[in-house]
Amino acid sequence: MAQARVIRGAVRAVPGRAWGGVAQVRILTVVACLIVWEAFAQSGLFYRDVVPSIVAVAVAIAHEIAAAAFYKHLGITFAEVGVGFVVGTLVGIAAGILLGANPFLRRACEPYLNAIGSTPKIVFLPIIFLMFGVGIESKMAKGALSGFFPCVFTTALGMALINPVLLRVGRSFHLTVWQTVAKIYLPAMVGPIVVGLRLGLGVTVIGVLVAEIKFSDGGLGFRLINYYEQFKIAPMYAMLLIMFALAAAANWGMTRLQDRFDYQRDAEGRKRSAAASLAATPR
Amino acid sequence: MTASFRILRSPTIAGLAGIVALAAILEAAINLGLVNAQIVALPSAAVAAIPALETEWNVVEAFFVTFGMTAAATAIAIALGVPLGFLLYRRNTLGEAYEGWLAAAFAAPLVLLYPLFLVILGRTHFTLIVMGFIPGMIPIILQTRQGLATVSVTLLNVGRSYSLAPRQMFWKIMFPAAAPSVFNGIRIGVMYTLVNIVAIEYLTDFGGLGRLVSDMYFRYEIPGTYASILFVVLVSVVFYWLLGRIERWLRPV
Repeated sequence: MAQARVIRGAVRAVPGRAWGGVAQVRILTVVACLIVWEAFAQSGLFYRDVVPSIVAVAVAIAHEIAAAAFYKHLGITFAEVGVGFVVGTLVGIAAGILLGANPFLRRACEPYLNAIGSTPKIVFLPIIFLMFGVGIESKMAKGALSGFFPCVFTTALGMALINPVLLRVGRSFHLTVWQTVAKIYLPAMVGPIVVGLRLGLGVTVIGVLVAEIKFSDGGLGFRLINYYEQFKIAPMYAMLLIMFALAAAANWGMTRLQDRFDYQRDAEGRKRSAAASLAATPR
Repeated sequence: MTASFRILRSPTIAGLAGIVALAAILEAAINLGLVNAQIVALPSAAVAAIPALETEWNVVEAFFVTFGMTAAATAIAIALGVPLGFLLYRRNTLGEAYEGWLAAAFAAPLVLLYPLFLVILGRTHFTLIVMGFIPGMIPIILQTRQGLATVSVTLLNVGRSYSLAPRQMFWKIMFPAAAPSVFNGIRIGVMYTLVNIVAIEYLTDFGGLGRLVSDMYFRYEIPGTYASILFVVLVSVVFYWLLGRIERWLRPV
């Protein structure tokens, strides 16, 4: 009986109903994590400075944000991510439209796109370094390669899943090609393309940062690995936290954009579950 | 002539023909000096480098090191992820509290944490497995919770009408109904585990195929670099294929 109650409760659960309990759990979790962290920092279980105190990390974050050099590296990373994202997603959307419009081509290319799409893109870095050198261009190219795949997959799928009834209705109204694109294809494709853009931005950021870590002379990834190599652990943690915050902000912004166009939102306006928004395309 | 056109109507054959044609065009372009051979390896040279990759660099061993670490990390991710997903389903407050965080963590660049793990755990295979299973476990937790929470009410009512015990209800109805969602989580998790392990192998020059790709590039062995990249693609194809087979075996219809 208890099991049945749990089942009914979960199936009919409305997010936010138990917000008080949820907030308590979250606050308790944060406090517990901070206490455990500080306990490890003070315990001497690890080598000195490997787990710095929370105060040391907070001070390092403040120093980092106040440093002029930080903004120079931030600008480099922004430029690399920006160019990589624009190029990768534009090419991805164009390729996705091509594949979506041509089922034969899609079936012919699909196994190879899946194979390369599921391969860790980082292994293509040597080829990218050979082609573009180890400067800012190679990071842009890596970002573009990472951002390409989510867009090509979501656009091709979105195109292939357009309701054929809509296309037949368009033909019955004798729509021109441009009217068909503007009135039928574009409205139907906005959702999948925005999903692809959201996933693409996430993997572009990661792709650029790992490329900076491997070989570069600028950017946030370069700054992070510099701290690691110099064993400046508190600034290293500070950089990690800043990078996670920036990545989270980018993801939050794109998720808001996706919500605006979310064609899957139901009549009650309930938000998608987190599981439904998982990406199946590794970076 | 007509027969060959008919064969090309098969997407699989046409795809293969396209790859062969691309390789032939690249080979010709490099031989004609249109593409720099110091940047792009001759496709034939990359294939010819594979035996040397085995005799001098033990590529098969590197393949199995990466494959083994990915399999171990996946096993840990499943062993922890499925029960945690069940816990988040049973305790709905916990589920509501952590679901958003887990989704945010899944989108976060977890691979960047590798210096932290190297500092704390050292440069070992264990570190790679730990860094592999964390991103792999998150989708498994989320999809398990999602799968259990969206079991059809009709199925549950059928179970109740047979007066099934809670344990029977779970094993006979809920788990089979949630299995596709759980498996989807495992499929996503495996790919993310593999990506993280290879990425850290490459970044730290340690482990299996990722380390080999990095080594080849540092020695400027251009055909060897391309050949070792082909092996990484092969690992992901093998995992992709294996998961497809297991999924079809579990869900024959």
